[in-house]
Amino acid sequence: MTTTVAKTGPVPDYDYNIVRQFTIMSVVWGIVGMAVGVLIAAQLAWPALNDIWQPFTHFGRLRPLHTNAVIFAFGGSVLFATSYFVVQRTCQVRLWGGWLIPFTFWGWQVIIVGAAITLPLGYTSAKEYAELEWPLDILIALVWVAYAIVFFGTIAKRRTSHIYVANWFFGAYIITIAVLHIVNNLEVPVSAWKSYSMFSGTKDAMIQWWYGHNAVGFFLTAAFLGIMYYFVPKQAGRPVYSYQLSIVHFWALISIYVWAGGHHLHYSALPDWTQSLAMVMSVILLAPSWGGMINGIMTLSGAWHKLRTDPTLRFLVVSLSFYGMSTFEGPMMSIKTVNALSHNTDWTVGHVHSGALGWVAMISIGALYHLVPVLWKRKEMYSVKLINAHFWLATVGTVLYIAAMWVNGITQGLMWRAFNADGTLTYSFVESVIASHPGYVVRWIGGALFLIGMLLMAYNVFRTITEDAEESAERGEDKAAAQAV
Amino acid sequence: MSTFWSLWVIVLTLANLALITWVLFANRKVAVDDQAEPENNTTGHVYDGIEEYDNPLPRWWFMLFVATLLFTAAYLAVYPGLGNFKGFGDWTSVGALEKQQEKAQAKFSENFGQYLEMPIEQIAEDREALKMGARIFANNCAVCHGADGGGNFGFPNLTDNAWLYGGTPEKILETLNNGRQGMMPPQGPVIGEEGVKNVAEYVLSLNGLEHNAEMAAEGQKVFGTVCMACHGADGKGNQALGAPNLTDNIWLYGSSREQIQHTIRGGRQNVMPAQDDKLREDKIRLVAAYVYSLSRQEDEQQ
Repeated sequence: MTTTVAKTGPVPDYDYNIVRQFTIMSVVWGIVGMAVGVLIAAQLAWPALNDIWQPFTHFGRLRPLHTNAVIFAFGGSVLFATSYFVVQRTCQVRLWGGWLIPFTFWGWQVIIVGAAITLPLGYTSAKEYAELEWPLDILIALVWVAYAIVFFGTIAKRRTSHIYVANWFFGAYIITIAVLHIVNNLEVPVSAWKSYSMFSGTKDAMIQWWYGHNAVGFFLTAAFLGIMYYFVPKQAGRPVYSYQLSIVHFWALISIYVWAGGHHLHYSALPDWTQSLAMVMSVILLAPSWGGMINGIMTLSGAWHKLRTDPTLRFLVVSLSFYGMSTFEGPMMSIKTVNALSHNTDWTVGHVHSGALGWVAMISIGALYHLVPVLWKRKEMYSVKLINAHFWLATVGTVLYIAAMWVNGITQGLMWRAFNADGTLTYSFVESVIASHPGYVVRWIGGALFLIGMLLMAYNVFRTITEDAEESAERGEDKAAAQAV
Repeated sequence: MSTFWSLWVIVLTLANLALITWVLFANRKVAVDDQAEPENNTTGHVYDGIEEYDNPLPRWWFMLFVATLLFTAAYLAVYPGLGNFKGFGDWTSVGALEKQQEKAQAKFSENFGQYLEMPIEQIAEDREALKMGARIFANNCAVCHGADGGGNFGFPNLTDNAWLYGGTPEKILETLNNGRQGMMPPQGPVIGEEGVKNVAEYVLSLNGLEHNAEMAAEGQKVFGTVCMACHGADGKGNQALGAPNLTDNIWLYGSSREQIQHTIRGGRQNVMPAQDDKLREDKIRLVAAYVYSLSRQEDEQQ
């Protein structure tokens, strides 16, 4: 692990306790969320698995559990851990906020457990990625406001003159998610666990996808770019490639993303002008998104050789490649003529997972492998070989997943709109389901590989934390001696 | 959309686009030229050991950004996007759909048009027409009646020549166009639990299935006063009412003792949805011919 010592003044007494808590829970929720994902992937390939324990194990109830667990429990914990770590270290000041800090941790865990109970029981507000019912929605809002106070309070007390670019992205994500969550969940409760949205019809759909797309844009993109801007230069030991690029792509990304949600509703009752605007804004997003990728990958120039020996850095760089690929795919799929083929097919699912597995999970994993030795004052992770094994499992798993969904998606899109010469449809729907079955099996294999990688990580993290500090140091020296020979 | 909201959309859109264009162009030049001062190539900020280079925007990336902005300008000029401004291309999604439908209509009317007048019996002789009917059936009817028309629990088998409402071309068309509402009223409250059990034995006996003869004899009396109103004195049903034949050993809701008792006790409700607002008339006629042919195949086999 290369950790450059801060060059300005003595290091303050950072609050690592909260970062450690969220780091551990990232690994735990990552495994839980992905395990549910592997189960529901298996259910799509072998529907009898829905019947393990009806109605609680039905796909319809477990699917939102999977999405909420991987996005908000796993992704959320990673973001709390990294943003609390990065904001302290780049502002050179201890985390500010008193009891609000542990409140964000325990509050967030209560929300996750609440989701894990209510969703299988069938309580849902039926909004994708916002399924949780109103009592949990209120708790999320409270935790989020506390998070904002802690984060911006720490920024306000910083000892550096400027605010580092990673914190721009974290700040933008915290503010925007607050607005999105509160507006999309404006609802009228009718009982303890049932509410109805304030909005109706097309308006409701538009607000839902304004939220839904920016859950992707801000939670899963802007915030993870914040992670990238700290951990990539830190792990590579190189300066960030271009400050100008940071400025341009930051402002373009955060101002354009909020327009793009309408592309989820192409060819629907949404007015034509809204669909058009959503499409062109999505096309514009290509350059700002690639700006982040360029800034990350070019940061490695002069340090490419490190990729050979450092699997953590490999996680970070490959995640940027997947980010570049899925942010090319996204604008392309938002173009109406392409969307006419891809809409409602598995291509969409594949696109989401090239972002979710390839970008979000991989950069999270890289950041966690960087964090754990620092937080527990170890020289390095217990086993670098296991990190390497994890890297290959994750990469192969992601590629299998995406490729299977590309094949399925395009197959479905073509089958659904194939006409005979006499004007009748060539295929019935069930024929496209049969054609998709091999892809569902491959997708399940890909997901399972990814999950196995996470289990290796859990073991590696456990051994690193529980290992004697001296032992770790000795092992490090042994290795250095072996390399010298 | 009122003029106010239209202007709101236009102003916000153009302002956002103008601002990012300005940010893009304003940051083309770096603060300190690297060639003039090769040593000074970072911004001078250090965060936790991280420095930032002062590199200019990659040229190809800058051009890509400009290209997407130009595409946007052109697209918003041609297509609707800026509030109430319709665009110079005169395009609407409804208009595009209508144009496609017109094209399809012109292309396929020759094919489908001939079936509007042709009698169902004659369509059922036409191999090509039957193929089309089968495909329309696969996409619209197979969900309930099965890919082979063989039916399911609660959904009638269309291949067995046992008809709830009649199997003539006219009756099949009527069923397809207007749908059907199946209604067997619950008899539990009328004839009591003992009556339910006795009648069930009688219905079993009508089909030659294993039954209790004593109870069946009691059941026959109840049947003669209550059930015969719809199912007929001989239990052979009444197609005018959609009352099934209870003597042919063909079952919509199962033939076990418990299932028959359940049907008598609680009644049954069923719906065949009307298709006349879902499918065009020529397509309905093709499906009718296909369904008609399914039952005739069995005739020929016999």
